[in-house]
Amino acid sequence: MEILRFITAGSVDDGKSTLIGRLLYDSKSILIDQLAAITKQSKNREAGEIDLAILTDGLRAEREQGITIDVAYKYFSTPKRKFIIADAPGHVQYTRNMVTGASNSDLAIVLIDARKGVIEQTRRHALIAALLGIPKMVVAVNKMDLVGYSQTVFEQIQADFQILQQKLNLETVKFIPISALSGENIVNRSEYGLSWYEGETLLAYLENVEIATKKQKNEQPQRFSVQYVLRPQTAELPDYRGYAGAVKSGIFRKGDTVWVQPTGLATSIKSIELNQKEIPFAAEGQSVVLHLADEIDVSRGDLIVGEKQPPLIGSQVQARFCWLDTKPLQIGGTYLLQQHSRRVRCKVKNVDYRLNINTLEKESQVAQIALNDIGSLELKAAQPLVYDPYQELRAGGSAILIDETSNLTVAALMFEPFR
Amino acid sequence: MWSAYEVIKFLYNPNKKEMNYLDQLEAEAIYILREVAAEFEKPALLFSGGKDSIVLVHLALKAFRPLKFPFPLVHIDTGHNFPEALAFRDTLVEKLGERLIVRQVADTIAAKKLVEPKGKYPSRNALQTYTLLDTIEEFAFDACIGGARRDEEKARAKERVFSVRDEFGQWNPKLQRPELWNIYNGRIQKGENVRVFPISNWTELDVWHYIRREKIELPPIYFAHERDCVRTAEGQLLAISDHIQIEPQDQRVRASVRYRTVGDMTCTAAVLSQATTLDEVIAEITTSKISERGETRIDDQVSEAAMEDRKKNGYF
Repeated sequence: MEILRFITAGSVDDGKSTLIGRLLYDSKSILIDQLAAITKQSKNREAGEIDLAILTDGLRAEREQGITIDVAYKYFSTPKRKFIIADAPGHVQYTRNMVTGASNSDLAIVLIDARKGVIEQTRRHALIAALLGIPKMVVAVNKMDLVGYSQTVFEQIQADFQILQQKLNLETVKFIPISALSGENIVNRSEYGLSWYEGETLLAYLENVEIATKKQKNEQPQRFSVQYVLRPQTAELPDYRGYAGAVKSGIFRKGDTVWVQPTGLATSIKSIELNQKEIPFAAEGQSVVLHLADEIDVSRGDLIVGEKQPPLIGSQVQARFCWLDTKPLQIGGTYLLQQHSRRVRCKVKNVDYRLNINTLEKESQVAQIALNDIGSLELKAAQPLVYDPYQELRAGGSAILIDETSNLTVAALMFEPFR
Repeated sequence: MWSAYEVIKFLYNPNKKEMNYLDQLEAEAIYILREVAAEFEKPALLFSGGKDSIVLVHLALKAFRPLKFPFPLVHIDTGHNFPEALAFRDTLVEKLGERLIVRQVADTIAAKKLVEPKGKYPSRNALQTYTLLDTIEEFAFDACIGGARRDEEKARAKERVFSVRDEFGQWNPKLQRPELWNIYNGRIQKGENVRVFPISNWTELDVWHYIRREKIELPPIYFAHERDCVRTAEGQLLAISDHIQIEPQDQRVRASVRYRTVGDMTCTAAVLSQATTLDEVIAEITTSKISERGETRIDDQVSEAAMEDRKKNGYF
């Protein structure tokens, strides 16, 4: 069985939490004590009806205000698939929490209120999904019951979004008209006004959509990040030296010639261990221990890479960013850049542009980069960075910026090929 | 579910490049454990003898052997534990040859003159936080690994894998660090600590499937056994122990029960069950219409935000 990780995004009151509640409720993934709890609380707010949104708004402040502040993770499965849902906030103030949820997702559901159509938050969310390279997207046009189930309204929104889709270069977008409140086209087909829609329901689509890159995983470049060096130095194991870490992409086999970066030393894989047993190969996502043929200097944060498709190496990099901190970006300031297990000091040399969320134009005269801004910057690192362009390889092209004094994660970075 | 044979066949078959979902969850957890070991000066693994922390110990073996664990196991003993869980704890620690630190809530109560909760089922759940925070300070732990899962409870569903706590152990759910991709920012100020949850993305059933696949041993109370209990007004079955008040009008029952979660004897209810094997337990949970904590935890039902409030105060 596969796991599909998806994020739900949309503006405040578009009904994201209700949609998730509906997915869980109609797929019979809500248990009776949870249902009893939400039924009890629903009565405080609205007469009689079950408020499915309560299921995901787990914090006091969220229930008080009726908005989602931080990502809630929910789990459910059907006989076909396991699902991990990141329910992300729609509120502009909490956009950074959407970035958190989006970074690990295979698919994004962008909710649109049928009465409002494509609005600024829709653009922002589609942009973040595109920027973070989420391979698949569903545009769920919600509250169709409130526009008289109008096919024209749905088609207009679809057409509007397709313009955005082209600009953002989004490959696969599926449009589904729904009503989260009444549960039409979520798990069950609409029996009322949406009979003109002949496509799959949302759940059917989630169950059947192909999880991207699966086929390509085979051919992806080999990247192994060293996390921890295992050296017991005991009487029984005086010479044991294993490099514990994760295969970020590709497949490593015993005997493969590899390079340790950024030192550039070459060696080959003597053996691969999992749970103290030798295995012939290790694939993307696996946490294993590598033994190398030569005694060379390898430490935490190093990247072990294959012969083919080598990564880029350099101290000057160009990266797209989402700014996540309330303190604005300091041009010329130093930050810590963290990729997988490696942390390097770096200086922000320049901000090339900020994206205008509405027009998607690149604004080059920027006075300040503030919370939730998206753009592109130029960095100089104290030591060489080993990276891939993000569009080519998510695992090799992602990094975060950390404020050295507050220790906060202040930006998400996605490397571009250096111009 | 795949049998152990099929899993081994899969892992050793170079033509199959996909990972089974349990492999994915396992690999993620091992990755997180190694990040903690490398990032922090003085990490610890919170170990209660319950199934989730037993799974954590199993994952730590996979992450670090042939090395000894780069952290001690720490148990905050409320004094209300099931004797079977404590016996299991000690046997496991001895078998593994790892270091165990135990701190007693009773000692904190005495030293700090804390007031014990009153009532029929007096839980030390809230008081446990004081002992935990004192222990963190005593050993200067900068990271505490815990077995909490996001599917357990709605406040836990909001938690990051690396959850930064201030020097009072407080969690600020409104101001959590963004956690992007699988990059974990473990930088903290002196006095702060991080709670780390490697099995955040596992569900109760995932844990059980994993226990079955890996043949992990558990304390016997997870399987059906005969036990003397009292039936609470809400219909829950609580083990008869020295820690609860039993009155003449209380309904005593002897029944075949097992536990879905193992917390304190004062606040963890048993469920009626005939399931004596892992297969039977899994079958039972798969068809259960009640959530793990809903069925067995009295302390979570005190108020709508009971868990959130405890977590804000430093509970793990």
